[in-house]
Amino acid sequence: MSTTATPHGARDHARAQAGTVVETMPSIPASTWPAPPPEVAPEALTWAETVAGGGYTHKVLARGTRLRLTDVDGDACAHLLLFNADQPWERLNVADTVKVQWNAYLGPRVALLSDQARVLATIVADSSGRHDALCGTSTVDGNTERYGDGAPQGPSPAGLPLFTLAAAKNGLGPRDLPPSLSFFQGVRVQPEGGLDFTGSAGAGRAVELRIEIPAIVLIANVAHPVDPRPDYTVTNLEVLAWRDRPSTPDSPEWTHSPEAQRAFENTTDYLTARGIA
Amino acid sequence: MSTAYQSQLELTYDVAARAPFSTVLRRGHELAIIDLGGNQAVDFLCYDANDTAKRYSAAATIAAQRNIFLTTGSVLRTQEGAPLLTVVADTCGRHDTLGGACSKESNSLRYGQHTRFQHACVENFLSEGAKWGLGKRDLVSNVNWYMNVPVEEDGTLGIVDGISAPGLEVRLRAETDVLVLVSNCPQINNPCNGFDPTPVRMVVTSSGGGE
Repeated sequence: MSTTATPHGARDHARAQAGTVVETMPSIPASTWPAPPPEVAPEALTWAETVAGGGYTHKVLARGTRLRLTDVDGDACAHLLLFNADQPWERLNVADTVKVQWNAYLGPRVALLSDQARVLATIVADSSGRHDALCGTSTVDGNTERYGDGAPQGPSPAGLPLFTLAAAKNGLGPRDLPPSLSFFQGVRVQPEGGLDFTGSAGAGRAVELRIEIPAIVLIANVAHPVDPRPDYTVTNLEVLAWRDRPSTPDSPEWTHSPEAQRAFENTTDYLTARGIA
Repeated sequence: MSTAYQSQLELTYDVAARAPFSTVLRRGHELAIIDLGGNQAVDFLCYDANDTAKRYSAAATIAAQRNIFLTTGSVLRTQEGAPLLTVVADTCGRHDTLGGACSKESNSLRYGQHTRFQHACVENFLSEGAKWGLGKRDLVSNVNWYMNVPVEEDGTLGIVDGISAPGLEVRLRAETDVLVLVSNCPQINNPCNGFDPTPVRMVVTSSGGGE
């Protein structure tokens, strides 16, 4: 008879697994993360996780949270969606983000705008510069055609079904998923509109966001939809978040452009009325 | 006999300046959008008429064709990548996928709070979409027919002077039954319609003898 043939045996077997540490898992509580940033007190950490290639994660973050995404090994691709946590019908609007700020590319001081002309988050640091606001995430059919499989349980998961799962765990459905952003695998536009895939800037690059409105954050770490490599290539993504302060009128993001300034003013107006400014 | 010879007129409708429009195209039907006055941006969303959760995705369309502009041969796709509409003719040559729709809210960022009471495309999409059971969740980045949005080397992007002219036409073929939502853009603060909204004509045809 095996050791797991009785409930007592099975219980002992299950409990004996506690404490196992693997490379891709969350640290809970986040303060137990082994290597917090030097300037961050461990107890300030609110999210600490390594997301495997092909994996996804999600969290609701407070206003003022600093969120750092790191491309640990050089082939992460962090697809991101943001929603106002208090009223999730307000969500990231990629078209407004690029149009209002007169730029198609993501980088430092770019505000990630909602459809209500408010700032959900700002990019406050960026050592990668290889990002994309145009192509969204990958699909089951697209990954099946390119890699032979696109299902979440398969070897080459697509971004859209992972976002669908992450959204469902926050009470949101497929209709709540707008086009997303992706970080660490870039795209550039040619004069006649064609796209050049730039790939990654290399291992260890990071992008930092500041959350400006309480936000639902969905992240899928999957190969970029126009990555030309024949093999599904995506490596670990490190996600760290810690308590910090929201932007203020003298922050460089706030004064970066007249459009950004009005977006922050709209945001403050909203938060003041709600009593959470 | 050519398809054009066999085609039957199903609908012709002039959408007034600033007004919304919607219709369902049966699979195989074609919709011509004619820029009557020239340089009129036509904001456009489309859905699988049998399951409106399957809707146009600018991102999936751009990724699939590896190009941000739409013209003859472009396929408008759902977020799952399925074809909704194919551009089968285009006398303008370039249409926008990036700029999305104007809204009272985004106008407050682009021009100032004084524009809050001006009409905007999102209002058209919301009111016209409500007739089909669509709400705010169903509004995503949209096509702008006849709108010119180039991207410069450093990423600078913007709505610039149009490249359209009176009488130019884009023609779309429905690859499944497609619900079409249109806002004939009311924008008066940028060059997308020459600061002067004008009407556009919608012509729906079916192939008469074939299917």
